[in-house]
Amino acid sequence: MFHWLEKHPFFFAVAVFLAVAFAGLVEIVPNFAQASRPVIGTAPYSTLELAGRQVYIKNSCNACHSQLIRPFKSETDRYGHYSLSGEYAYDRPFLWGSKRTGPDLMRVGNYRTTDWHENHMKNPADVVPGSIMPAYTWMYTNLADIDTAYAEQLTVAQFFGVPYNKPVPMKDGSKLTVKMGVDLADAKALALAEAKLITADMKDQEIKDAVAAGNIPEIVAIIAYMNSLK
Amino acid sequence: MENRPLEYDYTVAKLFMLTTILTGIVGMLIGVILAFELAFPSINTILGSGLAEYTNFSRLRPLHTDAVIFGFTLSGVFATWYYVGQRVLKVSMAESSFLMFIGKLHFVLYVIGVAAVIFSLLAGVTTSKEYAEFEWPIDIAIVVVWILFGISMFGLIGIRREKSLYISVWYYIATFIGIAMLYLFNNMEIPTILGTNGIGESGFGDWWHSVSMYAGTNDALVQWWYGHNAVAFGFTVPIVAMIYYFLPKESGQAIYSYKLSLLSFWGLMFVYLWAGGHHLLFSTVPDWVQTMGSVFSIVLILPSWGSAINMLLTMKGEWQQVAASPLIKFMVLGSTFYMFSTLEGPIQAIKSVNAIAHFTDWIVGHVHDGVLGWVGFMIMAALYHMAPRVFKREIYSKSLMATQFWIQTLGVVLYFTSMWIAGITQGMMWRAHDEFGNLAYSFIDTVTVLHPYYTIRGVGGLLYLVGFLMFAYNIYKTMTSGRKVEESELQSASPMGA
Repeated sequence: MFHWLEKHPFFFAVAVFLAVAFAGLVEIVPNFAQASRPVIGTAPYSTLELAGRQVYIKNSCNACHSQLIRPFKSETDRYGHYSLSGEYAYDRPFLWGSKRTGPDLMRVGNYRTTDWHENHMKNPADVVPGSIMPAYTWMYTNLADIDTAYAEQLTVAQFFGVPYNKPVPMKDGSKLTVKMGVDLADAKALALAEAKLITADMKDQEIKDAVAAGNIPEIVAIIAYMNSLK
Repeated sequence: MENRPLEYDYTVAKLFMLTTILTGIVGMLIGVILAFELAFPSINTILGSGLAEYTNFSRLRPLHTDAVIFGFTLSGVFATWYYVGQRVLKVSMAESSFLMFIGKLHFVLYVIGVAAVIFSLLAGVTTSKEYAEFEWPIDIAIVVVWILFGISMFGLIGIRREKSLYISVWYYIATFIGIAMLYLFNNMEIPTILGTNGIGESGFGDWWHSVSMYAGTNDALVQWWYGHNAVAFGFTVPIVAMIYYFLPKESGQAIYSYKLSLLSFWGLMFVYLWAGGHHLLFSTVPDWVQTMGSVFSIVLILPSWGSAINMLLTMKGEWQQVAASPLIKFMVLGSTFYMFSTLEGPIQAIKSVNAIAHFTDWIVGHVHDGVLGWVGFMIMAALYHMAPRVFKREIYSKSLMATQFWIQTLGVVLYFTSMWIAGITQGMMWRAHDEFGNLAYSFIDTVTVLHPYYTIRGVGGLLYLVGFLMFAYNIYKTMTSGRKVEESELQSASPMGA
């Protein structure tokens, strides 16, 4: 059989494809539907959080920070409850990372504050002596891209049924409705309102002024995203 | 059939040799910069704080991996295909103006694709999925480049004189099919300009932005099915294709065992894909997938070592060549690193080992002993073998080649030993508890302790880069001022003794 295949390239290629594709079918397909179901307490990202998530991706924060807490005592002691599949239901793409040059950030919103991030991103070594994380000074001047965040919200709502403007169940039995703008101006207004809540806890006057004037620097968006990680 | 040897046409092979060297320099240089940024963070702002956004570790990191994978390695794969393909199929590209055109178009679009990747990653345009960072417009360009490669390959196979496909061709075909399948499925994404709001407006934001078709755990599963096998079909399969051709040719020895090559080829094809789950141990993917990943990683030792042992036994009775020829040294040490790396990987895939190794520098070390020691050495050896035949000039300096070999070997050894220690140190410190059951170390303790290892790793990487520059210089001098030589003067045995 193998000798025959070696003289017939087309069938050889088909045989290779079958040998290669088989594992993917068996491993990936069976759990596909189940794995994407959200757990109670998981809500979609708001416009500003999503813009912050895009800043996180733009700067490849996932190159050094994981968002996956493994079920070991040492990890749950350090980072909180181990990760559940359904908690990632609205993560497109997933941001588990593959290297922890810095600590895990899956639940960083539980133990770091807006104030802490503001100082830390300016110069990490000032806040954590010995830190090898670089400063992200450009996040204080670059503006967050609310337009693209809004486009992403619309896309995931339209194609994947992500429940914006619909109540989702929370752990305490209450319902939470994450709003999405009716149009772009509305989306920007929502993001700005959220940004103002963040800047209330910030000290940098230039950032406060920018937001007061209707512009949202990247740092505000990424802090909103960090705070949402719980 | 004609009664004279075929004149092969190496136009396209030469072009890809050039990009192999250029992207190799870029990718490795960025790697060295990254290594020193971890040891000395002030290097993050080496071009001033105004440009820090573009010299920063996290922005450069995907550029390093992609330059080495899709630049250096893929160029090497294409360069060797356009050389090996003609020779084992006994057909010249000059015989078909169509294939010649496709080959050149393949090169031009590839270069445009590489340029687009460099600029977009520097600008922070990325999907974040490792080795699949490109946004949808570049994905489409890559698919086109890949289709052209396929047309080139199957076109040449279609007009071949040698009816039976040599082992190397099996591996090139597998490279084409494997990457095509993996890349397509992992990059399923929806451009966000399609997102439409309740009043029918769409087209907001950056037109190149997209969202993954898969969410969370599913996305991770597909990504590491891809990520692991991008390693398989980029760093293993085509490199095995190279060694099956170049080692017998250079040494004049026939492949040790045809049956072993058969077993290791089909074994590798079937087993490799299963092992992707070992990137996701203790994550939220189903437990049985994790276990399968672990188990098949161990099984994977068989076909991997099958190829490597086949190569080493090909040298049976001819070991003096290893001492005499720097080119044979590269290939024999390459096979040895392949064995080492394919044993180390399965060890890391054992669940209890992975609990310590995952997320640490040990994984980085593993990747690099494979890529520097196996992929890099093999591609450089292939180019060294090709250069006299393609440029019709003798290699400029054999002693420079030997010096390069030892410098780079030292570099690789420093790299993986330091990362090995760094990884296990950090993994053990993360999990250490004191006598009261509290965590023994804060996270920053586990970072500062790594400084000496990061420095040693940087030096190792730098040595490898220096060796690569010597390689580039040697090839350049071969092209321009090597002694003219005809192929018939060069030692050249037929693979498989056929």
